[in-house]
Amino acid sequence: MNEDFSAGARDSIGILLGVVPFALVFGIAADGAGLSVAQTTMMSAGIFAGTAQLVTVELIGANAGLTIIVITGIVVNLRMLMYSASIAPHFTDYGKRTRAYLAYFLTDHVYAMSIAEYAAEARSRDKRLYYLGLGVSIWVVWVATTIVGFVLGAGIPESLNLMFAIPLVFLAILVPAIEDLPQVVSALASAIVAIAAAYAVAEFGLPAGLDLLIAAAVGIAAGVTTEEAMDR
Amino acid sequence: MSEFSTLGIWVIILVIAVATYLIRLSFIHLFGRINQVPPRVKLVLKFVPPAVLAALVAPGLVTPSPDVAAMVIDDRLAAGIVAAAVAWWRGNILLTIGVGMAALWVLEFGPALVF
Repeated sequence: MNEDFSAGARDSIGILLGVVPFALVFGIAADGAGLSVAQTTMMSAGIFAGTAQLVTVELIGANAGLTIIVITGIVVNLRMLMYSASIAPHFTDYGKRTRAYLAYFLTDHVYAMSIAEYAAEARSRDKRLYYLGLGVSIWVVWVATTIVGFVLGAGIPESLNLMFAIPLVFLAILVPAIEDLPQVVSALASAIVAIAAAYAVAEFGLPAGLDLLIAAAVGIAAGVTTEEAMDR
Repeated sequence: MSEFSTLGIWVIILVIAVATYLIRLSFIHLFGRINQVPPRVKLVLKFVPPAVLAALVAPGLVTPSPDVAAMVIDDRLAAGIVAAAVAWWRGNILLTIGVGMAALWVLEFGPALVF
């Protein structure tokens, strides 16, 4: 196997610790909402976005309207517009078809890990192969573990708090990605707004996923403002 | 249990899957045509990872509530701070998650074992 692809696959192992509990929880939730194993599997294979999938099955289980469910699922994934814009400059050398299939694997984890790897100038890995090593490994484990979660159902003890591995993964990617003061300000502003917005969304029944978008927008604005103030 | 028809659920899955793919493709497709990223856009993009990741982490460490004092007394927040320190010190994902989970289990189950 190619060395750069293997490097991506190897780097996905740490992330999988967070992906596996997420997929298990999603599989269990999909079973609870009354989806078939085929529907659950196709959701993981086709949508390939944990938060959106979890929110979608929760809304299906709650018998929300079809339009609301579809819009919510899409809104939760709108953050990927930012990932797409952020990673696009690294893919400009590739042809249209290559870019078309690379886009399919653009998840939170694949994006964050790839951007960090591309920023490490000391290494000169093939961007496409490293990205695919990550993406394909995570996709395979994501789909397979979803099915395991669906079949096992509620057999996993809740007291283990496996869900806590999900924020831990994002934390483990976040901390090393911060390089300067404006980025610290950006992360802190986003974190505070995210908590306030999550409360508001739950309290006032706003669309799930809206909190994430608001927090990210405020965090980005805070970072840009800080950097511009420091340059002056 | 849901009252959705089998077809209804398939429609939901298909529409979200296609829309999600188009969102992912958007700028990857466009930048291939415009070739250069404007400096202003570059500045904004620099803050996408810290802002989005922080927004994904924060609500998972506390139970969002207007009572800030009660909110910060949370085993998950304490375990998250320990994990953040490990991440900063070592930058290793496996180690960060391992220490974070262990810290949470010690905080949750530890007192019951001691007392």
